[in-house]
Amino acid sequence: MNRHLISAADLSLDDAVAILDTAEELARLAERPIPKLPTLRGRTVVNLFYEDSTRTRISFEAAAKRLSADVINFSAKGSSVAKGESLKDTALTLQAMGADAVVIRHGASGAPHRLARWVRGSVVNAGDGTHEHPTQALLDAFTMRRRLGRLEGLRVSIVGDILHSRVARSNVWLLRTLGAQVTLVAPPTLLPIAVDGWPCSVSYDLSSVLPGSDVVMMLRVQHERMSDAYFPSVREYRRRYGLDGDRMALLPDHAIVMHPGPMNRGMEIAAEVADSPRSTIVEQVTNGVSVRMAVLYLLLSGSRAPDEPAVAGDTELVTAAELTATAAGSQVRVEVL
Amino acid sequence: MAGITSSAGPAATAGAAAADARAGAARAGKSVLGPDEIRRALTRIGHEILERTDGAGDVVLLGIPTRGVPLARRLAERLAETEGVRVPVGSLDITLYRDDLRLRPARTLGHTEVPGSGIDGMVVVLVDDVLFSGRTVRAALDALGDIGRPRAVQLAVLVDRGHRELPIRPDYVGKNLPTAKREVVRVLLTETDGEDSVTLAQLPAEEEGR
Repeated sequence: MNRHLISAADLSLDDAVAILDTAEELARLAERPIPKLPTLRGRTVVNLFYEDSTRTRISFEAAAKRLSADVINFSAKGSSVAKGESLKDTALTLQAMGADAVVIRHGASGAPHRLARWVRGSVVNAGDGTHEHPTQALLDAFTMRRRLGRLEGLRVSIVGDILHSRVARSNVWLLRTLGAQVTLVAPPTLLPIAVDGWPCSVSYDLSSVLPGSDVVMMLRVQHERMSDAYFPSVREYRRRYGLDGDRMALLPDHAIVMHPGPMNRGMEIAAEVADSPRSTIVEQVTNGVSVRMAVLYLLLSGSRAPDEPAVAGDTELVTAAELTATAAGSQVRVEVL
Repeated sequence: MAGITSSAGPAATAGAAAADARAGAARAGKSVLGPDEIRRALTRIGHEILERTDGAGDVVLLGIPTRGVPLARRLAERLAETEGVRVPVGSLDITLYRDDLRLRPARTLGHTEVPGSGIDGMVVVLVDDVLFSGRTVRAALDALGDIGRPRAVQLAVLVDRGHRELPIRPDYVGKNLPTAKREVVRVLLTETDGEDSVTLAQLPAEEEGR
């Protein structure tokens, strides 16, 4: 496995399966009377959150603590960032404190990539702008595999605000690697321009896609990232792309309904669907801790050459290549950090 | 732990290629136990367990992956054949409790499966293929402590090759095998490797300077 987890597209099939298998074993250990493990004793994990988040931050914190790592939570509000400190200076501060891993959430796509060049420890992307959220994709894949027994050949429909969704991007790449077939369902205005370059198919009609889906993943409509009118009205969006009880009945009997949270009940997903036995929404949260434990274990437990440079010689090239790839695949805003 | 890794001890930081070379060398090595001897050794250990635990009424067998697990199952079969006792069998992965996690690349986790009876108040017999430094067993004791509180913990190994680095001793030994530190003990079992054998070989020359 790489030293960092920045993009789900970086994971090979072996890496991805290793994470899921490790998470499976760790999930079983969580049922014991003492779920705490001594594995990462003496390691420090910094949660560096520039954007609001409850479940992801808490999930990473719980995962690190279950493995006995020390956790430092750092949120942009109330820190020197509010006084204008740059990401690089913050990174160097963390470096000086000896962080073994930095879990970063940032509003700018590509921020974790930058950070990875400044710190010695592992960088885990916990969501960057509209780019990627790899651990969410991993926990989604883990949930699908637990519920349906396999991933190979699974038909997964991802529905809603694809344009602003880092969850969708990470899922498309990861599920492709794991052998599932992904269909994106959204109004044309909520699809990225270069979506035809993605390894998935696209549909504008939810009802016609549902009968052939093993998994339907509803995405939150991200009002906070919407500066334009992407659809005429909430009611129209709900009628065409919302999942209510009647639509859910179109799914095959074994199919599951997922949502990465937080939900807009009554918008993209009806309450009766969210609370139905087919919904895996609560399971996804539980599984998130196991998957993040697996990621931290695999990134942090291994050996590392003590003087391995923080910046590998070819990083610049990789960054440039990946940025191009990202820019082609999604509407990435390259910002000066 | 798996025969080849644990028996090669702290030297085994090798990649797949080196592991293959070592396996090749071990295969070429001297045979220590054949299928019949392994069977007899397990039968004897089975009898000793019955003797030492008054009929194995409250015994739980926990195999340490990889090869301790089939050995534990075989021991349970012996106990059932000899006295008709059905002893719960499980597995106990110790990867997350190892003291050398920082020294090696991240390891894949094995399977932990504690029998439904639990281990509280029971006599847990840990089963492994090779006893070497004792570090695996120390890790297993830590892992046990997080699962419950057994009345007693005992240790059964197919081969004791010496060179302990911790104050740990086995209760049941299939074969005491005096070895040099640079030798490799390789245990193969039908369930995992298609054959039953224990061989002793020299480490390939390039791995000597550990």
